Amino acid sequence: MAAKRKQKTLTAGRTYYKQFNEEIRSLVRDGVTDFIIKECNGQRYLATALDGDLSFDIYGVPGQDLGAFMRGPKVRVHNNAQDGVGNTMDNGRIIIEGLAGDVIGYAMRGGEIFIKGDVGYRVGIHMKAYLEHQPKIVVGGKAGDFLGEYMAGGIILLLGMFSDKPDAPIAGRSLGTGMHGGVIYVRGTVPEDQLGPGLTATPVDSDDLKVIEGLVNEYANELKLDSKAILSENFVKIRPFSHRPYGNLYVPC
Amino acid sequence: MKAPERYYDFQKDISGCGIFGVINKKRGLIPGDMPIQAMACMHDRGNGLGGGFAAYGIYPEHAEKYCFHMMCDDDAAIKGSEEMIKQYFDLHFYEPIPTRRTLAIPNPPKFNRYFVTVPEKPENEFRELPEEDYVVAVVMKINTTIGGAFVVSSGKNMGAFKGVGFPEDIADFFRLEEYSAYIWTGHNRFPTNTPGWWGGAHPFTILNWSIVHNGEISSYGINRRYLCEHDYLCTMMTDTEVVAYELDMLIRKHGLSWEMAAKCFAPPFWDEIERMGEEEKDLYTTLRATYGPAMLNGPFAILVADNNRLMGLNDRIKLRPLLVAEKDDMVFMSSEESAVRDVCPDLDRVWMPKAGEPVIVDLED
Repeated sequence: MAAKRKQKTLTAGRTYYKQFNEEIRSLVRDGVTDFIIKECNGQRYLATALDGDLSFDIYGVPGQDLGAFMRGPKVRVHNNAQDGVGNTMDNGRIIIEGLAGDVIGYAMRGGEIFIKGDVGYRVGIHMKAYLEHQPKIVVGGKAGDFLGEYMAGGIILLLGMFSDKPDAPIAGRSLGTGMHGGVIYVRGTVPEDQLGPGLTATPVDSDDLKVIEGLVNEYANELKLDSKAILSENFVKIRPFSHRPYGNLYVPC
Repeated sequence: MKAPERYYDFQKDISGCGIFGVINKKRGLIPGDMPIQAMACMHDRGNGLGGGFAAYGIYPEHAEKYCFHMMCDDDAAIKGSEEMIKQYFDLHFYEPIPTRRTLAIPNPPKFNRYFVTVPEKPENEFRELPEEDYVVAVVMKINTTIGGAFVVSSGKNMGAFKGVGFPEDIADFFRLEEYSAYIWTGHNRFPTNTPGWWGGAHPFTILNWSIVHNGEISSYGINRRYLCEHDYLCTMMTDTEVVAYELDMLIRKHGLSWEMAAKCFAPPFWDEIERMGEEEKDLYTTLRATYGPAMLNGPFAILVADNNRLMGLNDRIKLRPLLVAEKDDMVFMSSEESAVRDVCPDLDRVWMPKAGEPVIVDLED
């Protein structure tokens, strides 16, 4: 049986982030589960470290570290988002209907981040996975440099379709630099020069395609996009060329 | 805090700041409330140890004169700098910069402004210098020889207002809501390894140039020595000062375009140069070889302005955020989108520029 839902609409305006987050936390303690946040204006740390089956519908631009450390909530941003979305998040889902800034999903450990438009630099840096905890990021637009840098686990899917930058390559330079786990899927092709040292893009196989299809279906469903159109192109994958490439750096094993 | 003991010994400062800029391409005047509110929205990007603004178009009645904004620790510094200004310039008008007492700004230095022109036949050691070099030389002389006196800005029809405090408090102190400008830049400072003192706040300026910066210029040492060889002396103890003087040297004196100056600050990587066509490869190899000591290493998002332009630039691996937004005749550049939306909710376009690629916006006239 589904747990009882309780909705609350809040107007952020120019309320200081600390006070605003205190109000949200207090309402969560009082049993509110579904938040509609209006006129959001750069308030930091929304939904940060919240646990459980909660939802946030955010109108306006939320501030840095949206959903950091969170475990479970579903956050939907109806506009653009700034930097550090989903920093070290553990579980849950963040959907951004516009574009997003730098270091999205930094050290993310689980859950999903779906972004419709372009993203900034170092998205998915230090993502990691453990057993069934597989973080996933889908970017509908194009990405800046260092996508998936030092990636240790999880999945990044880059579509390059809903971009404001027609002339830019699908990903910036140094894609996947230092990655030693996880996989980056790119729709279409990615220029060899954009890849980090030692990496190559290879065609996907049928197992990959199953993963991509599943992810695209969820993504398209959340953002009301046509999954068939997204899947109408080939994909390539970038995987690490070695496991723990720096394992012997200080203490040889 | 006033000028610290042995201030010239300090090396540099690193910081994680907030920046905001706006230009009206048709010279429409933007009230000070707008940049003040945008900076207030990014309050938490600073820590109260530095705030400041640059404004263009604020002295139309004196537009042809250089306006020296002077910051002085005490009456002796005022007397010394005033004597020097009178000695080197024709002084047309001067007054205290209007301020108001505010609880957030205890014990501020004293601020005056002097509207001057360069004498037709100066009789001093700088007499052979072209006009703008002459002004630069006097700025350096005041900053290095008169204790507790610093030139905050020295351009035409522009001025910088800065000090220790959050930007909204500094704006309150300088009554900036009473000014209107067609270009504004603002800065919120978070200094980490030099004192947050009044001269160390942004913007940094020389002549009409102004710059605000979020980040750290790790190459400060070599930049500073390079500038020293060209008679630009750093006295403000903040890394960003070098950018103001490099702009003046590269663009005004060496005749580089703004785009090329930006490429000196944030040059293409050698592997990118390797993949360029012959002509470009030649250009960027030469540029890097010639202006190696002008390269800015380390993270930065900077906003640069003069009387006709606003430019935003990131370091080449984009270690600091920068966003550009457009609305009709206005272009905004900001660390955060929320600051722009706060003062202009409906925008025509929002994007984040590519690392190392300058975004340059000109006045239309």
